[in-house]
Amino acid sequence: MAVMAWFKKERKPRTAPRERLEIPADAWEKCESCGHVDIREKFQKALNVCPECNTHKRFSAEEYVELLTDEGSWRELYADLKSGDPLHFEHYADRLIAAQKKTGASDAIYTGIAKLDARPLHLGVMNFRFMGGSMGSVVGEKIARLARRSADKRIPMVIVCTSGGARMQEGALSLMQMAKTSSAISLMKQAAVPYISILTDPTTGGVSASFAMQGDVILAEPGAVIGFAGQRVIKQTIGQDLPEGFQTAEFLLEKGQIDDVVPRASLRETTSRLLQHMRGAKIKTTAPEAAA
Amino acid sequence: MAIAYALDFEKPLAELERQIEELRRIGDERGIDVNGEIGTLEDKLAIRRGEIYRSLTPMQRVQVARHPRRPYTLDYLSSIFTDFIELHGDRLFRDDPAIVGGWARLNRQSVMVIGHQKGRDTKENIKRNFGMAHPEGYRKALRLMQAATRFHAPIITLIDTPGAYPGLGAEERGQSEALARNILEMSALATPIVSVVIGEGGSGGALALGVADRVLMFENSVYSVISPEGCATILWKDATQRERAADALKLTADDLIRLGLVDEIIPEPLGGAHFDPDAAGEFLRAALIKTVNELNKVRPEKLVRRRHDKYAAMGSYADA
Repeated sequence: MAVMAWFKKERKPRTAPRERLEIPADAWEKCESCGHVDIREKFQKALNVCPECNTHKRFSAEEYVELLTDEGSWRELYADLKSGDPLHFEHYADRLIAAQKKTGASDAIYTGIAKLDARPLHLGVMNFRFMGGSMGSVVGEKIARLARRSADKRIPMVIVCTSGGARMQEGALSLMQMAKTSSAISLMKQAAVPYISILTDPTTGGVSASFAMQGDVILAEPGAVIGFAGQRVIKQTIGQDLPEGFQTAEFLLEKGQIDDVVPRASLRETTSRLLQHMRGAKIKTTAPEAAA
Repeated sequence: MAIAYALDFEKPLAELERQIEELRRIGDERGIDVNGEIGTLEDKLAIRRGEIYRSLTPMQRVQVARHPRRPYTLDYLSSIFTDFIELHGDRLFRDDPAIVGGWARLNRQSVMVIGHQKGRDTKENIKRNFGMAHPEGYRKALRLMQAATRFHAPIITLIDTPGAYPGLGAEERGQSEALARNILEMSALATPIVSVVIGEGGSGGALALGVADRVLMFENSVYSVISPEGCATILWKDATQRERAADALKLTADDLIRLGLVDEIIPEPLGGAHFDPDAAGEFLRAALIKTVNELNKVRPEKLVRRRHDKYAAMGSYADA
């Protein structure tokens, strides 16, 4: 008894309770990478990049649309396209409905027309939360339409990529979306209309092996995992661990596979400047300045 | 002519074959005429073979497509083409033996033939990497396709791969980029392109040789976005559920025709292409000659336009 009494006497609150109570628990956010804890608002202001270690956490598709377009200029195109279930693949129809409910989106990409620094832009933003950003017929069709529209109307295209690859539940139809998107992008190349692809975490499989790697300029966010094969498959195939940093944006930059690694905070400006250059190059060759 | 029946569902055939051999041996040893009995058994064997091969399940077709004795690209190059000159290397890194290609003649016309190449035995499979190409293989293929276009020759590609190789070097050297480039460039090459899935059409690694004016599939070949084993592992964490995955993926030639993704099925001799490679070769040759002749009549610009339109139409979606 005496010991307990003594123990009780010693027990004091270590922090001032008033201070703790003022900020609700959900106002805090922790960086999974470095453990840094900060006010959520600070993460948000930094575009969901950790202010301490610069880790680029996932950014939603809606946020990328906002980041890369002039305010109020975004108009979605092809929003009504919906996936069928051509193979009657088990649970696919249910999974589609669940993904639509979860994301409020019709499929794994938004496509639309907008302005970036007052210039027209076709923008596609993939949505990883919708079945891992997988490419089925709808993703393929939307990108192909957007690319064709770009070639026809001479409007540059930017695609923000994030995807685990082709959508298995659509079988070979999803595989053929690689050919469909590529064929449409080749029309843009012939028309010399610029296409910038922005690779975000993760971009793999059938998406990386088609339109993601076909940009006139290919940019990637810091730390994004980009590759053809998944890391588990590679590990299984070669029977050894992968070197550190393998398949990251920085790794691809070093190996000459992408044009640059660009922090999220600079994406908008870099994209805009690149488009100005590519547009400018075209103007010089087709429309020489009229003599005054 | 003892055929090695390598597949589990061919066991009844192996058993009949064994009985025939046994009978023949006894006949020889004892000097008895067993021709009548052998004839009966051989008829039975043919009927059984027919029954089995006319009702293959999707997974059984996958097994036939992967059969270790199935004819490969180089087999067809020596059996139905003439004057083949193999061309090597991507001019950047190395020659990838998992893809072979070069000039050849099809019925006197010069064509560029490019195909995946598997190995027949362990040693050759190590060299050929089981038909799984690295980026340099796809880059070699593109180089040859561009040469063909320059010299107005039709391109014939033979597809037979488990997939593009998933390894360290392949990733470092840009597997994604190599596949993406081939797929994009093939959609716009101004020369006839005919692709034939002769065995395994494994995902992006197959498609990177497979964007064509006409895509043909052998009766027992398969074409899929992922292997049945891979699909089963992802969906059910269990590679042994491959039968279920093979059914679900709709990867047979019939399925692909129904989905509007390939144009024609090339028949195989009963018992599969490996049972009678010469007959399979003849079917392939006839289909190629007919298809190339048809495409030769179309102006290259029109071919390209049609090719773009054809791929633009692939997909299944609702447009509300």
